[in-house]
Amino acid sequence: MVKKLPPVDVVLVGFGWTGAIMAQELTDEGLNVLALERGVWRDTSTDFSVTNAQDEVRYRWRSELFEELSRNSLTFRNDRSQTALPMRKLGSFLPGTNVGGSGVHWNGLCWRFLPSDFNARSHNEDRYGPLPENMTVQDWGITYDELEPHYDKFEYLCGISGKAGNLNGEIQPGGNPFEGPRSRDYPNPPMEMVYGPTLFADAAANLGYHPFPTPSANMSQAYTNPLGVGLAPCTYCGFCEKFACGNYSKATAQTTILPVLMQKPNFTLRTESMVLRVLKSRDGQHARGVEYVDTNGDVYEQPADIVVLSAYVNHNVHLMLVSDIGEPYDPDTGQGAVGKNYAYQITSGVNLFYDDKVFNPFVGAGALGMIIDDFNGDNFDHTGLGFIGGGFLVQSQTNGRPIETHPTPEGTPRWGAGWKKAVRENYLSSISVGTHGAVMSHRGNYLDLDPTYRDVYGRPMLRMTFDFTDNEHRMSNYLTDRAVEIAKEMNPREMKVNRRTGHYSIVPYQTTHNTGGTIMGSNPRNSVVNKYLQSWDMPNLFVLGAGAFPQNPGYNPTGTVGALAYQAAQAIREQYLRAPGPLVQA
Amino acid sequence: MKRMLLSLGVGTVLVAAAPAIAQDNDWSEIQRGLYLVRAGDCAACHTVKGQAPYSGGYSLETPFGTIYSANLTPDQDTGLGSWSEADFYRAMNEGISKDGSHLYPAFPYTHFTYATRDDIDAIFTYLNSLDPVRNRVPEPDLTWPLGWRFLMTGWNVMNFEDETFQPDPDRSEAYNRGKYLVEGLMHCGMCHSPKNVIGAEKGGDSRFTGGTAEGWLAPPLTGGPREGIGDWSEEDLVAFLKEGRNARTIAFGPMADVVKHSTQYMRDDDLQAIAAYIKALPENDDADAGETDEIDDDTQALGELIYATQCSACHASDGSGVAHMLPPLKGSSFVQADNPQSVVKLILEGGQGVATDQYPTQHAMPSFAWKLSDDEVAAVATFVRNAFGNQAPAVSAEEVADYRH
Amino acid sequence: MPKSSKTALDRRSFLRGSLVAAPAVLAAKPAEAREYGGDGGPWEPNAARPPTVAPVPSNQFFTDDERRFVTAAVDRLIPPDEEWPGAADLGVPDFLDDQLAGSFGRGDRWYMQGPWPKGTDTQGYQSRFAPAGLYRRAIAAIDDHCRSAFDGQRFAELSAEQQDDVLKGLDEETIELEGVSAKTFFDLFLQNTIEGFFGDPVHGGNRDMIAWKMIGFPGARYDNRPYVSRHNERLDLEPVSVAGMTAASIRGRKE
Repeated sequence: MVKKLPPVDVVLVGFGWTGAIMAQELTDEGLNVLALERGVWRDTSTDFSVTNAQDEVRYRWRSELFEELSRNSLTFRNDRSQTALPMRKLGSFLPGTNVGGSGVHWNGLCWRFLPSDFNARSHNEDRYGPLPENMTVQDWGITYDELEPHYDKFEYLCGISGKAGNLNGEIQPGGNPFEGPRSRDYPNPPMEMVYGPTLFADAAANLGYHPFPTPSANMSQAYTNPLGVGLAPCTYCGFCEKFACGNYSKATAQTTILPVLMQKPNFTLRTESMVLRVLKSRDGQHARGVEYVDTNGDVYEQPADIVVLSAYVNHNVHLMLVSDIGEPYDPDTGQGAVGKNYAYQITSGVNLFYDDKVFNPFVGAGALGMIIDDFNGDNFDHTGLGFIGGGFLVQSQTNGRPIETHPTPEGTPRWGAGWKKAVRENYLSSISVGTHGAVMSHRGNYLDLDPTYRDVYGRPMLRMTFDFTDNEHRMSNYLTDRAVEIAKEMNPREMKVNRRTGHYSIVPYQTTHNTGGTIMGSNPRNSVVNKYLQSWDMPNLFVLGAGAFPQNPGYNPTGTVGALAYQAAQAIREQYLRAPGPLVQA
Repeated sequence: MKRMLLSLGVGTVLVAAAPAIAQDNDWSEIQRGLYLVRAGDCAACHTVKGQAPYSGGYSLETPFGTIYSANLTPDQDTGLGSWSEADFYRAMNEGISKDGSHLYPAFPYTHFTYATRDDIDAIFTYLNSLDPVRNRVPEPDLTWPLGWRFLMTGWNVMNFEDETFQPDPDRSEAYNRGKYLVEGLMHCGMCHSPKNVIGAEKGGDSRFTGGTAEGWLAPPLTGGPREGIGDWSEEDLVAFLKEGRNARTIAFGPMADVVKHSTQYMRDDDLQAIAAYIKALPENDDADAGETDEIDDDTQALGELIYATQCSACHASDGSGVAHMLPPLKGSSFVQADNPQSVVKLILEGGQGVATDQYPTQHAMPSFAWKLSDDEVAAVATFVRNAFGNQAPAVSAEEVADYRH
Repeated sequence: MPKSSKTALDRRSFLRGSLVAAPAVLAAKPAEAREYGGDGGPWEPNAARPPTVAPVPSNQFFTDDERRFVTAAVDRLIPPDEEWPGAADLGVPDFLDDQLAGSFGRGDRWYMQGPWPKGTDTQGYQSRFAPAGLYRRAIAAIDDHCRSAFDGQRFAELSAEQQDDVLKGLDEETIELEGVSAKTFFDLFLQNTIEGFFGDPVHGGNRDMIAWKMIGFPGARYDNRPYVSRHNERLDLEPVSVAGMTAASIRGRKE
């Protein structure tokens, strides 16, 4: 029997970055906000403190911070001719669970997308002519300038360490000259560099590129954010990405918002509450609330005036589909938008091995490195290249955790005496140059419901149909070639080039940058939500997160995810509450 | 948005439906009472987490048994509903209950006796404005013969002076106000003065030389620069009481509760008065720890390694910490207390800072009990007590074992 | 944070109904939802999430035959050399035994519902067996293969060269096993062996942090600020375990 609970003003589904931002903003507005989180309470000193956080087996390989697929996974296939099979164990991406969500274990690269990223279709067509027929890239329905104040707000919330490259249109030496104009500099100076990134920066500058420090949510110094929440300096412990921070020095919901939010009388967090579906009003025009189940198997109906989906990308899409909200995307006709334009990230790299250098890879942080953005977005002329978009090139020093990080030169066997010797000889004296590239949306890459496999709650699981297309392969090859050029300039003893070839595989870890499926846009025919992340179908339903990206630019998504959440919150506070209804007329 | 407004409204209606006792036009009196109730930190003992405020029932473990705090809400049967202002004044001033029986001195009437009738009446008015809550608190569970309340007469003869505060005309107004608060309603001596064998605060030169609270050391307010707050400025003290931290330290443990429920609400002029009085207390010269034990090389090396790998991520390799977030250990009176009890307890159990308006983040120290052996805790405690210019006696593994539960 | 507004508090207790007292009540029944908010997040002294300490030796999962296989095989994947011990000496068999006996072996966090058709490489692990079941069947099948291919000898009884050939056959899928995928097993086995070799000694492998000393990884330290600016300099820091100053010390305390 479903137990009906007293109504609340706002119910949030999932309590990570976007849920915490929305809760903080809407409780400030005086609303009663309830967050439902499928996982449990987690905090720095008690759950991932300096005493226990640095355990590679436990956290990286036994996935203590990541979602349990036994509850709800997805199925995957490269194309529609195949039968999708379940993702039985985690691999390519690592969504989080518990309070703080995936934001607990992010690296902390905090980017703004390029102004031209927001009108990727019109910009590229203006410059290069019509896009290929099946490339379903589209404009976002929002501009960089509209989003700028929200980027700023998120960066100051987080205390991002970095160096501005464009202050109000003035190009700044040492920053990223390609970025959109910022209204002010980063709140914190860049991280102090270890050795490797300095070699990369020198080589890149020699080649005429424009190196700058990674915009980082690891604190370069102690920082108190505008909410009064204090973050400590990063200690370069080397257990950052895929791990939680033990000393308050990586921006997460816990270290930036929760100390204030959890004190508020009009906020409630209910953990171990798995939302099964969004409930619709009788006429189907509004969300009535949500239905959730606790770990005891008891099912509850939680009525709410506003429903906010703030779970991970694939779960937001899944909830839309299993709740039968909006029109599912049909790849044959191109009609429908829910599940459309699923995209990802394409990465590659070059390992550099030296005889005469020591890098101490364990002195690291999630977003510690030097970057060039000369080949991202449309920062370079694509004429004749056969692709659009790009990515950044980076020399990062994130970790020396040896199960994960033990690079070996070309030709080294995977195991045995030769492997052991190569690992031992190269562990301290190798680095890599990575590429981190965009994935454009494509007609055949999408999310829908699987016909066969069900989750533990009996719902059909999400089905992911995805492969890299020619655009990605050409682009990634181009970026990899540039990485090789810079690597040569860095003068290693030898190199190993790791291109991303062939079909996308769900097996090796790449990035937790899944995007699309609840995309934003200018009208209900091409998108699921409007520029305020408000559902076109139900004005009291908001869908946050990277699902809103119509395609995935060449940057890490969190900065834009945070900015969009702030933008949506502002629209609810300043517009929706005054006149509940569609914020953009269809 | 109609429903949203409605759902906000319903809550208000329910509150209004609760019986309202206070119907006089006494808003300002209630506010004064509220301020004083907070200054006295009545909530510390009379509010149980998760229960209605001031409805009592909090168990106080004393050396002589368990006492349960009274229900201060105006419930007729189980609270103060049938009490008169005079009854309340007598309890506060003499430690005698409405029925004439003696109250146990866990209730700090020995301090409250300092308070003026006017202030006590305001407190009573405030308490009367609360919603009555029915909560019959258990009888005390004391070791014979202390269960006999009339024996309290003897205790009082030895330890209690009924004296309403008299200002010292030779001292500043701030000093006198500070003394009134510190010695009276705030009852600071309950923790910061040592107690004698029958649980009474020691007087004379012993006053404010440090005591204990809930297993933690309450540092001496008369201490010098090493063990005490001798080198704190009045501003340091005011910041500590108002914000729960200053550049030197962060309140945790019982003092965090005091800041949370009491001192953060106090006016700046009162906090300055408190600081003026405390800084005028006689100061011990404790700069030199005297003869400290020789620390052997192995212990030193172990302590150093533990500090570098476990502690310095927060407290920094030079012990400087992060001001207002992660407490400095360098020059910390807490770290250098002759008695290592609190240092050891904090390493074993961890501790959480207090959230205040300006500093909402409750940075916390993790528990190391599972991770470090008695030898290791002793080594790192000894290390921090003697590194960065600190000076304090070494800690032994046996001492650590005593504090480990 | 000061709360002077009585109505705000009361409104909250109304909204939460009887749930104000719920955390305390529910604490005894962790299977139900918990509520937080209004007074900061929960915190308690002594709260911690220590690692689970693997017993050494660990005899929870492998049969004697399986242990012989594993002990021999991990030492071919990461063999001893003149300077540094191999995986067997560093306790990797104990690590594997402990892992397979618990949550990982059962595949508690994996999606393990059928059907199980054969997939593409890009679709990843599609065995119907969780790791414990996979090891059990694969080891038996490998020993069966060896007995028929090497005149009745099990894997552990083969020469090092013969063992390498068998492992290579599994890796390159030139050997097929009865009822389980050789490649699926080999990939998992290799990954787990590296985990045991380079993982924290608290999990049973990497005895005395020797694998860390071999490469120069200093383990579970938390403050590397002193080394950031020491470019191109070998540090030779003494490694530490997440379990304490040495894994042996916590193991000693536990027993």
